[in-house]
Order: sequence, then structure tokens, then C-alpha cells
Amino acid sequence: MAIDKFLVEASHIMMFARSVGDANPIYHDEEYAKGTDSGGIIAPPTFAQSSAQFDPDYFLRPKIGGEGWFGSGKEATGSKPSKDSSGGGGGAAMGLHAEQHFEYHIPLKAGDVLTATTKPGNSWEKESKRAGKLKFSESVTEYRNQNGELVITATGVGVQTERAVDS
Amino acid sequence: MLKENEINVGDTHSAVLVEDLKRTQIVQYAGASGDYNPLHTDEIFTTQIAGYPSVFAHGMLSMGLTGTMLTDYVGDGALKKYGVRFTNQVWPGDTLTGKATIIEIRQEDDGKVVDLLIETTNQDDVSVITGNATAKIES
Repeated sequence: MAIDKFLVEASHIMMFARSVGDANPIYHDEEYAKGTDSGGIIAPPTFAQSSAQFDPDYFLRPKIGGEGWFGSGKEATGSKPSKDSSGGGGGAAMGLHAEQHFEYHIPLKAGDVLTATTKPGNSWEKESKRAGKLKFSESVTEYRNQNGELVITATGVGVQTERAVDS
Repeated sequence: MLKENEINVGDTHSAVLVEDLKRTQIVQYAGASGDYNPLHTDEIFTTQIAGYPSVFAHGMLSMGLTGTMLTDYVGDGALKKYGVRFTNQVWPGDTLTGKATIIEIRQEDDGKVVDLLIETTNQDDVSVITGNATAKIES
């Protein structure tokens, strides 16, 4: 996965903060944010995950035009997903999301324009009673801003399960 | 930001992150994050095709909700690291409580930091997230 242009916009930050139950004005009130140390609206700690919006090929978003979508319509499922996957998470086609780690190098601010590059990390296997054989795989994404500075390093661990997880 | 002379190893901060999680909030997160996996929003697909008892929250929604508790505690722009494991699924109707515990106060090259242990549990006291964070503090 590579993202050429991830526009970090105040309205997107506001919507994201709402969705994670965060009423902190630093995420939506520019006047308030100007008076803080950051000098403007900043992004909440997990905001980089929404870079999926800027990945033109992101497989967990229905595409405009011909391609099918595997969610329900008239039938319980539409066509198969365009990439082999039983689920999502971690910003890559790797099943359920097992772990996520962020390292913050400099604050992420409204107005920043990021690029993201993702490289595969480690992979390993494990047996589990709740879901059969588990295949774990790691991906490491580096987000850089318009000045080429490293802003966030995000490491996702995905897991492919043999069957649906028993609850 | 936390102040070194006001905190101790073992201090905790906890908050109710969400009560009776609604499917609509999961939809809201799908829209904001861009992760439209039907497992989170499409009850018909998730029960009939994927074989789960109902839709369930994105792991990243639980991490985001836990992050709200965390930044409310350590302050804005203070986090240096935040990482979690998703230990159990979060379902509609769940009530989540997040807790951060100070495990170490130490010096890094660019100043003092605090290491925190993070845990989020549901209404049955089952852990849904465990993790760690490091935040800058004022010395």
C-alpha cells in the first residue's frame, strides 16, 4: 500500500473525533486550538488509520462503477472482494486486526499533507482453540509530512483465522 | 500534560468509554475511518455469510475510544507511543471502561516521560484491549 496524498483536514478530524467519542475542542474548535501549545487543530492518536480514505485501491470501500461489493444487497452477499480476504484491519488485506502500534514523532496537524508507504514486517503462526490455526502478519507504515519529516510510524498486525472466532 | 511532581508509579486513571454501544456509532466510525468492512455494519452478511452472532466493532474503534481516555489523562500532543492488542471482540450493546496505570517515570533524551499500562474491559469485566503507552510529562 502506498498513499501519495493524505490530506489532513479539520472537518475530517472533527468527524473522526466524534466517532471515537472525543469531545475535546482541540479536534474541532479552531479558536480554542489556536490558544493551545499546538497552535491549531491536531489529530487524535489513532487518526492515521483513516488514511484508508486516501488509498485509491482500498479493498474495504465499495468502488464507484463496475466492481462488485461483498456486503449484502438483494442477497446476503454480493460478489467476492477484489482481493483475497476474510476481513479487514491494519490497512492491508490480512484478516482480523490483532494488534496496532503507533509511534508519534511530531504532532499531526490539520493542514498537513502526508504520504504513506507500507512494508511487510514479520509473520508467524499459532494454534488457537477459539478460531483454529492463526496466521499473523505485520505491516509497517511510515507517514511523512509535506516537509519530508517522519510524523507517525504505524505497525499493524493482522490475523487470518481458520474459522469465525467463537465468542 | 502530566506534571512529574504530581504523579506516582501505580497511579491510575479510568473512564467509561461508551455505554451500550450502538450500531450507529460503529457506522459512524466506518464512515470516518474509511473501513467499510461489512463485518462491522452489515448484520445480514455478518450473520448469514461470515458466521458471527452479530456485527462487531472495528478493533480500531475500541483503540480510538481508549485513546480518548488516554489523551484526556496525559494531555494533548503528549503521546510518544500508543500500542494495543485486541484481546476480545466488542459487540453492539457493550459498555467499555478504559484504564491507564503508571508503571514507570523515566528520562528520555528529550525529556521526562511516563510509561502506562492500558486495559479496556467490557461490562463482564472481560478485557477487550491491552496495551502500553508512553507520554511526555512536565518535569
